[in-house]
Amino acid sequence: MKANFKYNVVWLIMMVAGFYLMNTLIMIGVIDSFIENMLVTIGINIILATGLNLIIGFAGQFSLGHAGFMAIGAYATAIITQTASTTGGFYVSIFIGIVVAIIAALIVGIPTLRLRGDYLAIATMGASEIIRILINNMKMTGGAAGMFNIPQFADWPTVYIMVCVTTIVIVNFIHSRAGRAVKSVREDEIAAEAMGINVTKWKLAAFVLGASTAAIAGSLHASYLQTIAPNDFGIMESISILIIVVLGGVGSITGTFVAAVVLGVLDTVLQNFGALRMVIYAAALILIMIFKPTGLLGTWELSIKKIFSRSKRKERVES
Amino acid sequence: MQTFFQQIINGLSLGSIYALLALGYTMVYGIIKLINFAHGDIYMLGAFWGYYVINVWHFNFIMALLSAMLVGAASGVIIEYFAYRPLRHSPRITALITAIGVSFLLENGMSYLFSSNTRDFPQIIKQVNYNVGGILISNIQILILVTACILMVLLQLIIKKTKMGRAMRAVSVDPDAAELVGININWTISFTFALGSALAGAAGVLIGLYYNSIDPLMGMTPGIKAFVAAVLGGIGSVPGASVGGFIIGILETFVQSIGLSAYKDAVVYFVLIVILLILPAGIFGKSAKEKV
Amino acid sequence: MSKLLQVENLVKNFGGLTAVSNVSMHLDNNELVALIGPNGAGKTTLFNLLTGVIPASSGSIVLNGDNGTYPLNGKRAYKIADMGLSRTFQNIRLFKELTVLDNVLIAMTSKFKEGFIPTIFRFPSYYRTEARLVKEAKKLLAIFELEDDIDVLAKNLPYGTQRRLEIVRALATKPQILFLDEPAAGMNPEKIANLTQLILKVQHSFHITILLIEHDMSLVMNLAQRIYVLDHGSLLAQGTPDEIQSNKAVIKAYLGEEA
Repeated sequence: MKANFKYNVVWLIMMVAGFYLMNTLIMIGVIDSFIENMLVTIGINIILATGLNLIIGFAGQFSLGHAGFMAIGAYATAIITQTASTTGGFYVSIFIGIVVAIIAALIVGIPTLRLRGDYLAIATMGASEIIRILINNMKMTGGAAGMFNIPQFADWPTVYIMVCVTTIVIVNFIHSRAGRAVKSVREDEIAAEAMGINVTKWKLAAFVLGASTAAIAGSLHASYLQTIAPNDFGIMESISILIIVVLGGVGSITGTFVAAVVLGVLDTVLQNFGALRMVIYAAALILIMIFKPTGLLGTWELSIKKIFSRSKRKERVES
Repeated sequence: MQTFFQQIINGLSLGSIYALLALGYTMVYGIIKLINFAHGDIYMLGAFWGYYVINVWHFNFIMALLSAMLVGAASGVIIEYFAYRPLRHSPRITALITAIGVSFLLENGMSYLFSSNTRDFPQIIKQVNYNVGGILISNIQILILVTACILMVLLQLIIKKTKMGRAMRAVSVDPDAAELVGININWTISFTFALGSALAGAAGVLIGLYYNSIDPLMGMTPGIKAFVAAVLGGIGSVPGASVGGFIIGILETFVQSIGLSAYKDAVVYFVLIVILLILPAGIFGKSAKEKV
Repeated sequence: MSKLLQVENLVKNFGGLTAVSNVSMHLDNNELVALIGPNGAGKTTLFNLLTGVIPASSGSIVLNGDNGTYPLNGKRAYKIADMGLSRTFQNIRLFKELTVLDNVLIAMTSKFKEGFIPTIFRFPSYYRTEARLVKEAKKLLAIFELEDDIDVLAKNLPYGTQRRLEIVRALATKPQILFLDEPAAGMNPEKIANLTQLILKVQHSFHITILLIEHDMSLVMNLAQRIYVLDHGSLLAQGTPDEIQSNKAVIKAYLGEEA
């Protein structure tokens, strides 16, 4: 127990240090608004991709509908903060976004999570498209033109804290009894059922948790960019989240962080290449996949616990 | 009643294009279990090739169609060789991401080289509308339908009657066993890509004629629709892909005709989900029961 | 006196094919019973019906366990596992990419319900239960001499050890009845002798009922108190090992017509 406390403190220190590092870099002007923008985008992508990694990498359910849940969060925030334009209103909107996303995830997940592999992928993609098309045709959401002049409540510290919170929630979920149950579903559904694991329930739990973090990311996206349109949440958005997950390594949260940063930086650097940008991006994607088929980090995770026990073992060997 | 048949005709011609594309998805999926995301872009290449040869070399329709099929086949084989073959024993999701990468590369490469403008497809065949009992049928619709049906029958003959077709079926059931009995796996997979991509190339020229406009991103939406068609019919099943294509084509035109065109895609996806919930492996797919 | 597990007229049809037809059987407390029969007789199908992997077409399965009487037919597999029926699989189905310890801990999961909030925010109660679970799992693994492998991935264990781990995993659900599907498959005589000892040890130290499918007759005859013989989906005979060995119908089923 004491040891666990120690690891948690190390993580906390790292998070606080990261915050102050960024704060300082912004104050002395190393990070300008252009880079800050990039970092916020990376942060939002991290939230989206860790949630999807939970669903795909740990629960083993191939979902291609993440953008739909993101859209729900984004529109909840856009609609609510336009009338309740306060910080409180913003957090209420995040909460409502989560609730609606959970309901949508249950409606989508309960019937479709019975499907396997690519069939599930295509069904969730379809469900996400249905959400997008509904938003596209509603008056309240501004139709195809979308919504603009959304008040900005999400600045970089909000996004930073949300990245920390959602990551803690998802990582703690994975490294718990719940996470073990979810992983057993990925490994072998029949054996898991025979060991008393309610496969349907755990699949749904991972799916719903992933969907609610996606809604949070959507809220931040809407509030930071101040403009959203249904087409921001199409199939291509779901695919770009999937790319982060696979590039980092399916089943590695550390990998998701690395991939989100690498792709974010790559994207920013490639802005200078104009029309060639997407060509280089596509070529890079193909080459990374061919030469690192299990993603940049495979299933490797950064673990303070492991680092500690390794150094302890070394001490023991040396003494 | 008249409008009903009119919609059937319109739906069938659109559906036959989806069916041609869906066949490529289903064959590739059947043999290497890969969702070939770049398939829709081969169709775009076919359309651009048709545009080029008709305008510059003044090819007639048949020549343009056949050469576009050759170009499609060649690009399919090249893509498989460079992008998918190195990943044959990697996690399937990796191959999927690579396929997405190839799709991005083709779309953006074409935009970069030839600009992303929409252009008019040369109308080598003058459109003539026939009025059959109040239903309008254009010669282009007939041409599309007939060409698509001929190609589908040819494909079925190749798969069922030829040695290569037998090899394809063997590899899709059990690649290891197929290799043991002396089937060249690499050849068979290349051949499958060639066949599927040739159909996509043909579909590209046909859609150019039908819609009269092409652009580098034209493959995206029909590609996804055709994949949905393949899944609907039971991915891996050749008749399933054709049937799925026609169903989606007809469904789309009907939804449009009753004034719900804004919800066209939503209806398609909804029907897809409902069918998958009743038949988890699509209409013609065999759902593999796991042995305990 | 009602039986621990009472099976009446169990039937399973696959399309037109009857895989299990009208099987009635029972298990008593603390019994070690074997289920034998030629390949394709429907033994594993019967196991799958009893443990809820597939639903029966008709018939009834009733458990008179420690917590009262429950009908099991129509229940999902995880519920049946919760009620105290656990199993191993003919073709080993461990959680391959997870460690030995995780494999065992997963089987204990369903017995420990904990809310989402205490789990996510790591309340002290979470750590306490976790520590207790790990201790219990390690104790169980130690009984089966697996304590040195707790951090090994299940897929990296040798074949025989994997079979042993599967038994440990099944025991971790705290079953009243343990179903073993061909535990000796692919083992040499020496290994089979060890396994025989192991099964006896399991039955005695955990006070549970065991039903096992096995082709190795030495193991069956050494261990089983009673034997059921299944052929073409229906019960051909039942009785003590001696009775079965001299049963004409059984000999005929195994050796063919000329015997």
